Amino acid sequence: MRSHPAEFELVAPGSLQAVVALLAGEPGAWLPIAGGTDVMVQYAAGTLGARRLVSIWNLPELRGIEVAAEELRIGAGCTYSEIRGHEVVEREFSLLAAVAGWTGSIANQNRGTLGGNIVNASPAADSLPALLVYEAELILVSARGERRVPYVGFHTGYKKMGLAPDELIRTVCLPRRYAGYVAYSRKVGARNAQAISKVCVAALGKVTGGVVEDVRIAAGSVAPVPLRLVETERMVRGRRVDSELLALGRKTAAGEIRPIDDIRSNAGYRAAVMGNLVGEFLGRLG
Amino acid sequence: MSAGRGPVEIKLTLNGAACSVDAYPMERLLDVLRHQLGLTGAKEGCGEGECGSCSVLMDGKLVNSCLVPVLQAEGADIVTIEGLAPGPELHALQEAFLECGGAQCGICTPGMIVAACYLLSQKPVPTLQDIREGLAGNLCRCTGYIQIIEAVAQAARRGVAR
Repeated sequence: MRSHPAEFELVAPGSLQAVVALLAGEPGAWLPIAGGTDVMVQYAAGTLGARRLVSIWNLPELRGIEVAAEELRIGAGCTYSEIRGHEVVEREFSLLAAVAGWTGSIANQNRGTLGGNIVNASPAADSLPALLVYEAELILVSARGERRVPYVGFHTGYKKMGLAPDELIRTVCLPRRYAGYVAYSRKVGARNAQAISKVCVAALGKVTGGVVEDVRIAAGSVAPVPLRLVETERMVRGRRVDSELLALGRKTAAGEIRPIDDIRSNAGYRAAVMGNLVGEFLGRLG
Repeated sequence: MSAGRGPVEIKLTLNGAACSVDAYPMERLLDVLRHQLGLTGAKEGCGEGECGSCSVLMDGKLVNSCLVPVLQAEGADIVTIEGLAPGPELHALQEAFLECGGAQCGICTPGMIVAACYLLSQKPVPTLQDIREGLAGNLCRCTGYIQIIEAVAQAARRGVAR
């Protein structure tokens, strides 16, 4: 049953300070809405639980990408289009540029925001594995002030996260230290545009003298949260890149994830694809 | 700018002209365009941002109007299919769609043309891959897409965006 607009309240206070003051006044009462690519879908389907919404679209404090010496600071309200078209993102964070480009469609990329993708907390979110491998940090803001937390561990369970009811994500910070890494990303889905992934992977690897010096692998749609494959990373780190390593990586990755059967795929297929993608990634390191 | 539960006045620029409309803040831009402003070019297909038939330009950017609460369009510059060729002359993209057989039942066509218009504003000389990506959010159940892609390529060759 479609929602009726008269049953909903939507306000647009226009500044970050006014928004966090509103959230602080009645924590949990207001649902922030940015580009609406998730919220409006639920609204149209009549499944949106919230009745009071506060617009954070176009809030100047959440916009812009700041290039600092040590890190890139992406405003949580930046759209995928802004992210994928940014020169430093393209050059130094190619995984993020790639996933921004295969999220939804151009129209969705013009409205969907990175912060929105994080708080929507879908385990299938395409951008989140990239944030895991880059070891992103989040700056959270509320009327109480700001705090900075690592993104890894932010999602604590299916649709659960370490964000207080009066907080917003303000900035996503990416350390600029991946210049020498091989970057690998791949989405497996029914089609490139619009389709939600069956499995998506983002990975970084650094090889010195034929040996894996550092490696980071993360995947979406394979667990209740976007997952960093720490066991697989541990197994392949320090080893020579050869066919034995590829087999080991495949097997460990397929066993490390916790996939389910759902409308898009099934657990067995996801595990097989996960193994194959890790094998493909490790092969690129050689 | 804030709103309670009742309708509020939304001011925007619509196809180049100043416009004001009273609407509930959470009403979808698509519904306001179609039901209150009489612009029925943008269509509702899926209602969830998957099919692109409700495509419009908002501040020069392609968006799905079914996913825009109208309050967020306050002060925005909205261009619909009706605004691309306001006079008797067709827009070059419309012309190319006619010539190439890019329209059959017509439901997706306004969205396709608005999406193509945005693509050419970003990439005046698109590759085939650019066209495919630019239109990947617009679904057509009639044409098989080949004629649509050819129409956009033809319009691009004629220098639509320049």
